Order: sequence, then C-alpha cells, then structure tokens
Amino acid sequence: MTGSAPSSAHVPALGVFKLASCDGCQLTLLDCEDELLALAGKVEIAHFLEASSEVKPGPYDLTLVEGSVTTSADAERIREIRAQSRFLVTIGACATAGGVQALRNFADVEEFTRTVYARPDYIDTLATSTPVSAHVDVDFELRGCPIDRRQLLEVITAFLNGRKPDVPNHSVCFECKRRGTVCVTVAHGTPCLGPVTHAGCGAICPAYGRGCYGCFGPSGSVNLPALIPLLHRDGMDDRDTRRFLHTFNAAAFASIEEET
Amino acid sequence: MTHRSSRVLRVGSLTRVEGEGALHLRVRGNAVEEARLQIYEPPRFFEAFLRGRAHTEPPDITARVCGICPVAYQMSACAAIEDACGVTVDRGVRDLRRLLYCGEWIESQTLHIYLLHAPDFLGRDNAVDLARTHRTHVERGLRLKQAGNALLELLGGRAIHPVNVRVGGFHRAPATAELRPLAEQLRRAADDAWETVRWVAGFDFPDTEVDADLFALAAPDTYPIESGVPTVLRPDGTTASFPLGTFLDHVREEHLPHSTALHSRLDGRRHLTGSLARFAINGRRLSRTAVQAAQEAGLGDPHAGVVCRNPFRSILVRAVEVVYAVDEALRIIDAYEQPARAFVEVPPRAGVGHGATEAPRGLLYHRYELDTDGTVTDARLVPPTAQNQGAIEEDLRRLAEAALTEGALNDHELTHLCERAIRNHDPCISCATHFLDLTVDRI
Repeated sequence: MTGSAPSSAHVPALGVFKLASCDGCQLTLLDCEDELLALAGKVEIAHFLEASSEVKPGPYDLTLVEGSVTTSADAERIREIRAQSRFLVTIGACATAGGVQALRNFADVEEFTRTVYARPDYIDTLATSTPVSAHVDVDFELRGCPIDRRQLLEVITAFLNGRKPDVPNHSVCFECKRRGTVCVTVAHGTPCLGPVTHAGCGAICPAYGRGCYGCFGPSGSVNLPALIPLLHRDGMDDRDTRRFLHTFNAAAFASIEEET
Repeated sequence: MTHRSSRVLRVGSLTRVEGEGALHLRVRGNAVEEARLQIYEPPRFFEAFLRGRAHTEPPDITARVCGICPVAYQMSACAAIEDACGVTVDRGVRDLRRLLYCGEWIESQTLHIYLLHAPDFLGRDNAVDLARTHRTHVERGLRLKQAGNALLELLGGRAIHPVNVRVGGFHRAPATAELRPLAEQLRRAADDAWETVRWVAGFDFPDTEVDADLFALAAPDTYPIESGVPTVLRPDGTTASFPLGTFLDHVREEHLPHSTALHSRLDGRRHLTGSLARFAINGRRLSRTAVQAAQEAGLGDPHAGVVCRNPFRSILVRAVEVVYAVDEALRIIDAYEQPARAFVEVPPRAGVGHGATEAPRGLLYHRYELDTDGTVTDARLVPPTAQNQGAIEEDLRRLAEAALTEGALNDHELTHLCERAIRNHDPCISCATHFLDLTVDRI
C-alpha cells in the first residue's frame, strides 16, 4: 500500500474469540437486531467465527473474548490473542470468573473426566477453569451469565470512542429500586443474592418473583456475613447456601468467602 | 486416477456454526478414505458437576450448556426431573412451555436461515456482506429473529438463559393483557416468516440425500416441540417407536472400526435428528398454514407424508417450521388464560427420570437419578449434534466423493462444499462437546 490512509478513515477491526463457553455471550452481539447492521457499518468484523467465514489476521482494535481457560492450548491461545489486540474485553462469567465449569476447581478433575467420557485418555484438560485475567492483562471485564445486550453495546461504543464504559458495579438491589420491584426478601422471605450481586441484568429475577441467583457475580462491595444469616432465616441450610453461591460465578464468590 | 496422490484437506476452524470445530478429509484419487467432523471445544463436565446439586437446579445449570438453545435444555431438564418425582404439570403450564419454546424455535431457526446458512446459497461470507445486496432480506430476518427473542424475553425474562423457568412450571405466569403487544409483533412476524419461505424456495439446491435413519419425537395430534415419543423412520418407510425410559438402550455410543471417534448409533444404525426428521415423521401434524407454506416451498404435501432427505433443502424445512412456530404461538396466545397457579410443587423422591424435547437442531434427551432428598446422583445429557455426527460425516464423505468423481473441484472448492455439508445440519458443537470425545490428532 502506498501512502497510509489518514487515521480518521481507519475502520476499527473487531475480533470476537471463544474459549470454553456456551456461545451465549457472543450470540448477544447477534441479538442486537436493531443495531447489528449499523454497528457493522462502523467496524470491520475481522474475526468472528460464529458469524462470518471471512477470517482476517490481527491486529484487532477491539477484541471480545468469551469463555474461560481450561486447556493448556487455550492458555497459549489467549496470549496470542492478547498480543494481537489493542483493547481486550472479556465478556461473560466464563471469561471474567471461570464460569459454571469452574465448579471443577473444587473437585477432582480426573474423576470428572472418568464420569463424562468413555476414553478419558483422549481428554486434554487443566485441573481448573480460570478467567482470562489470570493469564493476560484485560482492559475491561463485562459481567453476566449471559451478558446484557445494552451493556455490551455500551462497552463497544465506549471503546470505539475512546471513553470509559458506563457500567456501574453496585448491587442488583439498586436495579430493583429503579425498576420499582418490591423486595422479594423483605416482602416474601425469598432467598435472594441481589444484595451481593453485580448489577447489569436490570434485576430480572425479582421482577419474575424469584430471588437473584448471582449470575453477574459479586458486586463492588459484598457483605456476605450480613447476607448469609438472612438466607438461613429464609429456609436455606448450609448446603443450600453453598450451592446458591457456587454456581455460575463459583470461583468469584468463593474467593470472597475466603476473605471474610 | 492413480497418478493423483493422496491429499488431506483440513479446515482448522469451522465458521458459521455454533461452537468451534474442525473438519478433516483424507482423499486418495477419487475416494474419500476418511471424513471427520472434529469437536475440539474443551470439555466442561456438566454431567459430573450436576452430581450433588439439588433437583431444582438442572434447568438453570444445563441451560449453560448452550447459549443458542437454553430453553431446550431447561425443558428437557424439567421434564426429566418431574418424571423422576412423579409429578404432572397443569395444562396451563404445558401451554406456556410450548409458547416459550416457540420463541426459541423462531429465534434459533431464523438465526440459522439468515445469518449462518443463506450466505452459502448466495456466495457470501456473512449476513453483513449479504446485506450489501439483500438489505431488505437481512432486515426481515433480523426482525423475525427479534420476534422470537421478544417472546423469550416476555415469558423467560431474557432471551439467553431465561430466568422464569422452574421445575414444576414458571416462577410467574404472565397476565393475558401482557401477551397482547406480543401478538401484534407475531402477526407481523407471520408475514415475515411467509416471505422467508418464498425467498429460500428460490435458492439452488445440490442434489443429494442423507443416508441415515430419521429420528424425532412424535405426538398423536400435534407437531412435536416440548414432548412426544421417540420415533424412527427407516429408509424403507417403516417407523418404530420406543418408550422414552429405554432411550439409552437404543441410542448408544459405538466405536467404529474406520474411525477413532465414538459415534452415537440408534439400534446400531446411523441416524439423524432435527428439522428433516421432524418434518418427515410429523408433517401430517403441521397446521394448515404451515402445510401451505411447505407446498409453497416446493416440499410437497406434508399431509401425504412427504419426506425430504436433501440436507441442503433443510433451510426450506426450517423456514416452514418458523411459519409453524409463529402460527402456534399465536394460537396459544389467542386461547391463553392466566393459569390459577404458575407452577406445581415438585417434592423430591428417590428415582430416575427421563425427559426429551425437540431443540431446533434435534432431539435433546436428559436423564437424572435422584436421592430421597432430591440430590442429583447421576446425570446424562444426549444432545442432538452428538447424535448427528455420524450422519454429518457420511454426508461429507458422499458429497466429497461425488464432487471428486465429477472432477471439477480444486481443494478450495472442495473444502467450501464440505463446510456447507456441515452447516446444513446446524450443528451445535458447544453442546456436543459434553458428549463426544475430543480430537485425537489436533489440528
């Protein structure tokens, strides 16, 4: 190419990558039905295997990574992806906290392998499922299992415009208040992780009459010693409480349990 | 053509499929010596960590197997747990489940038609590229997909990993008035679904047939979505059904001599689940509108028991199923009255339960063993793509061999044809990885 294009004409390259995960967070991008074509006019979709057969090499201006690191090959791959990326944003509980598959971190992974697979010797897996941030520097972590579509658009827009994403880290309780939902714990004695869970979903569960189950992981300030007696009061025993906290963000809540 | 040496084609990363996989083809002369769809996604061990969980948890946990068809996982899990506990849900709950599932069918089938499959027929890399020449078509697809998502969001709370489903029913049943705006959106979607049928009917379809038994749920008076009896249609036209409780006696993993992979077989034979199988076995139970759509699509008369075995034409069947799902959703909404209770209690007991439903891409089976207090002691998930792998690989082999015999294709074209052969079946590799062994020689 002779003479480089002026920087104002540069179309940012978007990369979307996947490690161990369910595809749901990258699907969230395709679920932006109203914005997808407009977004595609602003960026070059350079690497997005689920959506396109056109695969371009890096570097990428903005890279979204879904999934956790569970194999030595993926541990290497994420380093290569990082090296190709100007900004790297992890999307979803697998990428930010190891996901539901991090339940292996509390178990014997060899026993797990024998349970699921007829030929365990074919399986190459690490003993733990870890977030991307345990392996490389991450510019922003977007929470959720799955992530929220509006928050995803906010994060993409922010990075493309060189500003900080407006993604508050307060608890789901704030979102219930904003939505006008009556507190399910106070009014009905329903066990709810809302007080310790990161906002972002829009407080969907309480609006549907169930307690929050923590799929966005811990909020910015978590007071488990205050919450756990409430869960016990509302009928949960120690095993129920443990299951409640140890699901989609098990590793993230577990590290807070250790601190407190 | 013995002078032509053996060659190996590899596609390291399949595109426009859900999840990540690879394909591997070894060719000598005009003969395909080996055709493999490789599943290289890392294992996530759902069957293992479900052990020790409460009987109320599998619907939320197994939804995370697949972000594309979480409702399928929730519905199969609920059915299996309720079976284990000996509970039958109310009619109102059954209708709401079917309505929710219609949302997933509309969303997922439309996603496949417009964003994953159609670009193949029009020589494009993706839907964005396609929109440069077919903008109104792509916009219509997105609008239709959005209608499916709107249904999922209203009934489920959100489109991916809905929160409103629980064992025994729903946390909350919507009021009749809440469904009214949705019906408006679905009436527009009905037009879009019809236009979709007309559009895909104009595509060019290579001539080929799947060589496998077709396998789907069958129900006496309706097209199967959230329930039915496992039924197989053999190439000679005979059908056979078996009780769901014997599923694992019929659908088994087998180690085939020509392959290092484990394949799922139905009574020792290769089988295919998904749209082609559902349509062949249940076409007679489609609604009047969907029957007309099938005829418009050139599929023939479903009431006469027409069978389509051409995997490229699966896009037509998906389009007809979208017409059906929209029609069915409107029918349920029109008849809807808010049920007196959103769920029935499901008290735990020791036992084994089986559940099977029709995910957009095929039959999804769950089996759980529970302890007296409801603790899960054993779990088995059999996803559609794990079952379809043998049929997909056979398609690959036959298509590649036919193309080689005609002799016109270079490696690039042959590889492209093979990718299409895989996409025809809308495989979900994220699901399959929990069942299949991983790659033996990693690409």
